[in-house]
Parts: sequence; structure tokens; C-alpha cells
Amino acid sequence: MSSYGQVQVKNGRYKFRGDFHRLEQHMPIRNADEGWKLVGVTKPRDMTYVHTYGGEAIFFESLSQGKLLATKCENPACESNGSIFQPFRIHCPDCLGKNAVIDMTDVAKKTATIHTYMVCERSGAFNMLDKPIRFINIEFKGVSTILFSYLLVGEPQIGMRVVPVFKYYNPTYTILDLSWVPADTKAEALPEGFGF
Amino acid sequence: MIKFSERQLKTPKFMRPVYLVTAGQSKYARAIPEKRTEELCIDALTMAAELLGMTPAELKKYIHTCYYGHFADHFGDQLLGEAVIHDRLGLDPLGNIGIKSGGATGGSTLWEAAKAVASGYSDCVLAMGWERMDEVPTDEGNFLIASAADRDWESPMGQIYTGYYAVMAQKYWQVFGKAEASFRRTLAEIAVKHHGYARFNPFAHGGMEITVDDVLVSPMVADPLRALDCCLMSVGAACAILCDEDTAMELTKNSKNKPLRVWVTAGSHTLRPADRRDMEIPLLPHETADQYKDLGKEFPGGDRYPGFTGFLAARMAAYYGYRMTGINDPMEDLDVIELHDAFTISDVQTYEDIGIRPYGQGRDFVESGDCYHKNPLTGKPGRLPSNLSGGLIGCMHAVGASGIMQVFEIATQLWGRWAEIHGDEKLWKEFGREKPKDWTDLQVKGAKRALSISHAGVGSHVTATILMDPDHLLKKDA
Repeated sequence: MSSYGQVQVKNGRYKFRGDFHRLEQHMPIRNADEGWKLVGVTKPRDMTYVHTYGGEAIFFESLSQGKLLATKCENPACESNGSIFQPFRIHCPDCLGKNAVIDMTDVAKKTATIHTYMVCERSGAFNMLDKPIRFINIEFKGVSTILFSYLLVGEPQIGMRVVPVFKYYNPTYTILDLSWVPADTKAEALPEGFGF
Repeated sequence: MIKFSERQLKTPKFMRPVYLVTAGQSKYARAIPEKRTEELCIDALTMAAELLGMTPAELKKYIHTCYYGHFADHFGDQLLGEAVIHDRLGLDPLGNIGIKSGGATGGSTLWEAAKAVASGYSDCVLAMGWERMDEVPTDEGNFLIASAADRDWESPMGQIYTGYYAVMAQKYWQVFGKAEASFRRTLAEIAVKHHGYARFNPFAHGGMEITVDDVLVSPMVADPLRALDCCLMSVGAACAILCDEDTAMELTKNSKNKPLRVWVTAGSHTLRPADRRDMEIPLLPHETADQYKDLGKEFPGGDRYPGFTGFLAARMAAYYGYRMTGINDPMEDLDVIELHDAFTISDVQTYEDIGIRPYGQGRDFVESGDCYHKNPLTGKPGRLPSNLSGGLIGCMHAVGASGIMQVFEIATQLWGRWAEIHGDEKLWKEFGREKPKDWTDLQVKGAKRALSISHAGVGSHVTATILMDPDHLLKKDA
């Protein structure tokens, strides 16, 4: 009997339990236009990857707790001293010193606006978002970069004020746990699992 | 605000001249199930040898090191595919290396190859690029391409790279295009032009006789971009042979190919557009800071550079490349170009990044008719014809090969062999394609200098390859 692969870290090492791959039969590919001659084979494969968030783990953990974390260069000798980075950067791109982690949830609630957006009708395999996907890039007052995310409710416009919403229930522990809605959105308009 | 040091902005210099002596390519198609990748690579190398009047075995005797561009290992399910190709080309035990830089892989491969000759390490090198994107369904292909975005911050969102690109297109569309219907039609003209030129290219698989209205009613992909605004997904291979001067003269002695001087420069910018920080516009030789001081007034929202509207990597590739070769104004100094038209709108963005038009005025390159082989407004030759191959929209986008395909195209123009190769009945027949009755010679008469831009993803890597007839250099010590 198979079971989903699960992983823990113990004594500094990954401990794997369950099934991480499944073997399936190769199938022939034949040419229907040329007497069903053999062209090649299919190579089915089902594999689970393991991935560490490293120094960004705190960012992804905090989303389902309703917090948007960013980082700030506090190296007085750095030309980027005081710069705030969202997306979260573990190290300053200029001095490469370790940035301080800051909570910018309030800044996001008060100053987030849509820098640009795109309504996308298509997706790739393994997509977890409903279509059409309303991609948005968000700028914040005092933040030197622009966050890529998606709008959960409403239609995006450049300059629109938005506020963050978080997936408190059944989180994915991915960037999808953070989304945005127009600033005047009521709580009852949010999809299940999300809250301000 | 990012500031660059003088050392970072140093004009690059090759230690000795580098020459392009020949190039070759396979047929391009959406799928080529009847051939393995190495068969396509052998087709390309065989063609390169034939253009020199040699057999592949004779040409191989000159090759000292090999540079292989292949972007997406996971499409082909083969790590170290370079080693497979190298073996099948019979080039062991020569040193070889694989190069990957997304959509710019072809250009980056030439960059590495050129430096190997310029440094003196090798006198003759092979630059070969290929891609195989036909062995997964389209949605899985989209997933695999999206893996080239940041896997924690971007890829989970829709697993569709076009979407990550399209936010930039939307910003350009609204800020510099002012969301005007007339600009939308200009974008469609680019699609008409590139699909149209591809009809005269036997290697191309996107040739179509279409109208602006056809583009405007094609299926919406990501507003304002429709299906006919987007590049193809292709299979195929292309190669080029680069040499020092002595080897170049020897290899071309029985050929119509005149050795062409070649330079390649490169720029980069964050894989994740979200990380773009503001900076002053790095100026090209013919630009002044003054000309951009009112950019934000003329185009509200356009004062944030590079923001989401420009490709800094393309600007930097041109910044280095123009200074390296003595190009002042590309409109005056170049005769033909091939740009990385992943989408019609990114073609326009690139016109500005490489200084064909100032920032904010890219559309004029199309609307003036300058970009055509024959200017539709005047009936005279276009001032700087672009993408006569059909580009990525009309010819192909077999990622690792694309940047080398572009160089094949501009080289055939400088050799004056465009019509001989693209009009060859034998080639049309071999590729199973019908040569159009209205086939048109797109040779740019008297072309002496050319440029191609190879570009990755959202602008993470861009190379500029500049070719010149050695008797028409712009700078003595280039």
C-alpha cells in the first residue's frame, strides 16, 4: 500500500517516510501515417521533490499567521542602508550583509497599490489558482522593490489601493497563502480560508 | 537606487579579432518526431561546412573547442545533453561546455565561443545550439518553462511564464502605449510583418499571410497580447564557426563567405522582476540625459527606470557593444538587425533599449516604415530592416538555437547570400515546404553591419552580437 511522501528534519538530516516515486509502464509511440511504425516511447514518472526555504522559511510560515514580513539593510556602511526589500531578501544585494527581518503588514495595509497587472486566461500544468488569474505587482511606500502576487477579488487597475489577505485555514505554506483584495472589500466577500 | 562603478562600465575588449566564417541550421518545426536532436545538429553542422565548400569531416579538423547552448534539460529528460551531442558529432576528445541562459542561450553560447577565440585559447570553435520542445503537451511545457521563474515567489502562480512577462507588457502598454487602439494596431503590424517574412524563409514554421485584423481577433492570451502576437515553440538546431584571422582566411578561401568580424556583449537583470530597483538610465553614445528629463511628464509613470517597461539587460548589452565596436547611432551605423521578438510588445520595448528609438517612442520604428525591407509608406528600402527571418514570431523559437539562428540570418545578409540560401528550391523540397509563388528576395543590398539581440525570459540575460564586414569597421582598434 502506498502513502504520500513525508519529510522531517532530525539531527540536521532529512528523514523520508512513504512513497516518493511511482514506476509506470512505458508505452510505444507509433506513426499512424506510416504503417504504425515505432517512433519512440512514453516515459511516465511520478516523483516528489523536497525543497528547503532556508532563511526565507520565516516569511512563508508567517503568511498563515496574518503577517507580511520583509527585510531591511541595517548596515551603516552600505549604500543601501535603510532599504526595505519585498520580496524578502535574506541578504542585502549590495553589501551582502544579513538583513534584519521586519513586519510590514501595516505598511501593506495602508500603502499598497497596484503597479501593474495582467489577467491571464491560461495556466501551466499543476496550477493551483482559479482562472482567469489576476496577476498583480504591488508597490509600497518606502519599499525599494515591487511584489508579485495575485488579486483574489475584483478587477485590477493600475494605481488601485489593495490590502493583503492571508490563507489562515488549510495553508499551502507557499506564496499562494498571500493574496490581495481592493481596499474596500468586506470580509464576507473573501473566499473560504482567507482573512484579513 | 543602483549605481554602477567605472570598472563595471568598462568597455570590453577582445585581445585579438574574432571572425565568423560560416553558420548553418536545421529545419524548424513545432514537432520533428522523425529525428533525434543529434540528427538536427548534424544537419546544421553539415550546412555550415557546405557553405564553406567543405565536408563536415574537413571542417571538424579545424575545431579546437565546442560551446553548446541548450536551455531546458527537463524538456528532453537528459542532463548533460551536450555530451551526447558532442559524441554524436564525433568531436571527442575536444573540450566542450554547455551554456544555459534561458531564451538568450544561443547568444550566450556565441558570447563564450567568441571569448575563447579572442583570448587565444582556441583558433577555431564551434557554437551549436538546439532545443526540443515537442516531447511534452503544451500545459506541461508551460509548467517546465515556468520553472525558469523563481520557484518560490513566482512559479506557483499559474505555472505560466507568459503571465510573468505580461505584467511588464501591460505596464508598457498603459504607460508608453497609453492603451491606444492605434498602438494595438501597430503591435499587430509587427505580427503581420514577421509572419509574412517567414513565408520566404524555408527554415521557418510560422509563415502566414495575415492582416492586422486577423491578429486582433486571434485568441486572447494575456491582454493586450493575442495568440498571433506571441512567439512560436519550436524544435531545431543552429550553429556557427568562429575563428582567428589566419584560420578564417584559410577556411574561406574556396567559399563565397567573406570572414565577418564578430563581437558579442552581454547584460543581465534580475530573474524576478519584483526585485527591480530604480536607477538612472545608462545612456547610449547618441543619447543625452537631457532628452529623458521630462519622460515622466510625457508618459506619466514612465519616470521609474527600468521599472517594468524596459529591459535593462538589453540596454547594457548595447551599452557595452556599441562602445566596443564604435557604433554611435544604430539607425545610422547598422544595415540589418534581428531582435528577440518573444512578443510584439517586447519587440517595441527592445527598440528603445538598444537605442533605435528613444524611450517612449519605440512604436515609431514600425509606424515610420523604417523596420521593413521595403518601407510600405515610401516604397523605398527600409532604413533598418528587422527580423527578415520572421523572427521568433514567424520563424522559430527553439530556445538554445534562437540566438544562433539570428546570427545565421544576419550573416547571410552580409555575405550577400540571403537569396541563394532562402530561395534554394532544393531546401524547400527537403523540408517538405512549398515555396510561395510570390517568394520575394529579402537581401538588404550592400549590407555591411548587423546586430542581433538574444534575450531571456523577463530580461534576465541579453546578448548583443554585432557583425561587420572587416572592410567597413567603425573603429580601428575594435
